[in-house]
Amino acid sequence: MHTNNTSKLKNRVILNKLFKLLFIFATSIALLFLGVLIYRILSQGLDYLTIDFLKNYPAPYIEEAGIFAGLMGSLFMIAITAPVAIILGVSTAIYLEEYAKQNKFTRFIQVNVQNLAGVPSIVFGLLGLTFFVYMLELGYTLIAGALTMSLLVLPVIVVAAQEAIRSVPKELRDASIGMGATKWQTIWRIVLPASIPGILTGSILALSRAIGETAPLIIVGAAAAIYTIPDSIFSKYTVMPMQIWSWTSRPQEEWQYVAAAGIIVLLIILLCMNAIAVWIRNKFQNRY
Amino acid sequence: MTTIINNNAAFSIEDFNLWYGNDQAIHQINMKIPRNEITAVIGPSGCGKSTLLKTLNRMIETIPSVNTSGSIKYNDKDIFSKKMLVEELRTHVGMVFQKPNPFPKSIYENVAYGPKIHGIKKKKVLDEIVEKSLRGAAIWDEVKDRLNQNAYGLSGGQQQRICIARCLAIEPDVILMDEPTSALDPISTLKVEELIKELKKDYTIVIVTHNMQQAARISDKTAFMLNGELVEFTDTDQLFSNPKDKRTEDYITGRFG
Ligand SMILES: Nc1ncnc2c1ncn2[C@@H]1O[C@H](COP(=O)(O)OP(=O)(O)OP(=O)(O)O)[C@@H](O)[C@H]1O
Ligand SMILES: [Mg+2]
Repeated sequence: MHTNNTSKLKNRVILNKLFKLLFIFATSIALLFLGVLIYRILSQGLDYLTIDFLKNYPAPYIEEAGIFAGLMGSLFMIAITAPVAIILGVSTAIYLEEYAKQNKFTRFIQVNVQNLAGVPSIVFGLLGLTFFVYMLELGYTLIAGALTMSLLVLPVIVVAAQEAIRSVPKELRDASIGMGATKWQTIWRIVLPASIPGILTGSILALSRAIGETAPLIIVGAAAAIYTIPDSIFSKYTVMPMQIWSWTSRPQEEWQYVAAAGIIVLLIILLCMNAIAVWIRNKFQNRY
Repeated sequence: MTTIINNNAAFSIEDFNLWYGNDQAIHQINMKIPRNEITAVIGPSGCGKSTLLKTLNRMIETIPSVNTSGSIKYNDKDIFSKKMLVEELRTHVGMVFQKPNPFPKSIYENVAYGPKIHGIKKKKVLDEIVEKSLRGAAIWDEVKDRLNQNAYGLSGGQQQRICIARCLAIEPDVILMDEPTSALDPISTLKVEELIKELKKDYTIVIVTHNMQQAARISDKTAFMLNGELVEFTDTDQLFSNPKDKRTEDYITGRFG
């Protein structure tokens, strides 16, 4: 009896070790690939990453080619996409969580918002082409691209905001309502401030996905080579991933290195956005 | 409210029933809750004490499945009538909850929250209300030097007194308290009990408690509930020394519940 128990315990300890090794192995594989990827990009691109590269427009000669148009295009696009998507997304989340009756119709919307978050981005590109480019006759402009991107990130922001709103404890709402606050006062003064960290973290992560997207923008007509930065929301535009993609599709090998330099710039922007998300989460972390 | 009130009941409850969906939680309750006294509600778990209390300021309506019948009058006005603004009712009938639930804001902002949502903006007026309320809740001396610190940094007992101060700041007539000391240690409990006795001068207080000694210590009248019914409601001394109903006697002598 006793010996039997001991041998069972031994088995469990061995199994425990085995799984630990398995997980370490899985993590190492992921890290290894990431390492190789970053190494290759850095070793190819670093030499080409100069101040001029940041300041120049695309050019037929490698020495003169730069990512300025793409960089500014991406930043302008985010500057439009972020407010549009966050305001729409948070409003939708407030409606679904706080006001909508819990019935079949609400559940139907709920499920579909979640499904939309998984729809391939190219489908959003087609939607943007039909709706913004043709129906609203915006053409191949910055605003059409930015609105398409807003649609793309909207479902993710709605879901993140809903989760943040839902995690505000009922006791806090009760305290507010119990003092005679209206529902809207409670949402504005208690629920939203308490869910801002969750909303912003989710939004920034969604936007950093958008900044790396190419497919939908090819469809709604982002240009590959452009020699101005947008001067209005109806300008033609390009974005960083478009620029990188156009360089990688050139035959001469050296263009690949230029593309690698572009990727480094894109990665730095992504890292900055993620760092901001982490910073917001830590700074505003609520302790209920 | 400015109307002159003849009878001395803050609340008159008549033939009141309440259902959660199909389950009836309150059966045919009739009681008059006296003004400027402390009324304790006791009874075993699940008998409907919290439900009754939350009905008095209509907080129960945050649960969608609830249905009611009968009438409840606050200062002779039907609280369920269309003319009664629920926000107004709740500024006259404040509530302190079982678990201390300060907002994740500074102590000052917690207490100023009520006045602010009711439209008071002047810093000077707010300052006065905050100090008066914190003094009223017997916690001014403990927090006066750190009004801008987050209320989450306080102990549970201090948090509960902040919540009481927050409630006083809306200048209610009635304060409903649902087991306000059940999450507190004995010393904090005593402090809050003393505070409640002090508040009686200016407020009508209805307090739900599981602690019969507490009910005996602080209340003027005690209601005993069982399975959603009001079994006995009389002077506290009377109820504990000479209960009329066999079930009350069994409960207070610890034979069940
Ligand atoms: N949200 C709800 N939905 C459905 N039924 C509920 C709900 N809240 C309470 N009830 C039921 O109503 C009855 C009374 O509950 P209530 O919370 O008023 O009891 P209580 O006397 O306050 O108990 P306790 O002393 O444990 O707090 C119980 O049978 C409970 O199961
Ligand atoms: Mg209760």
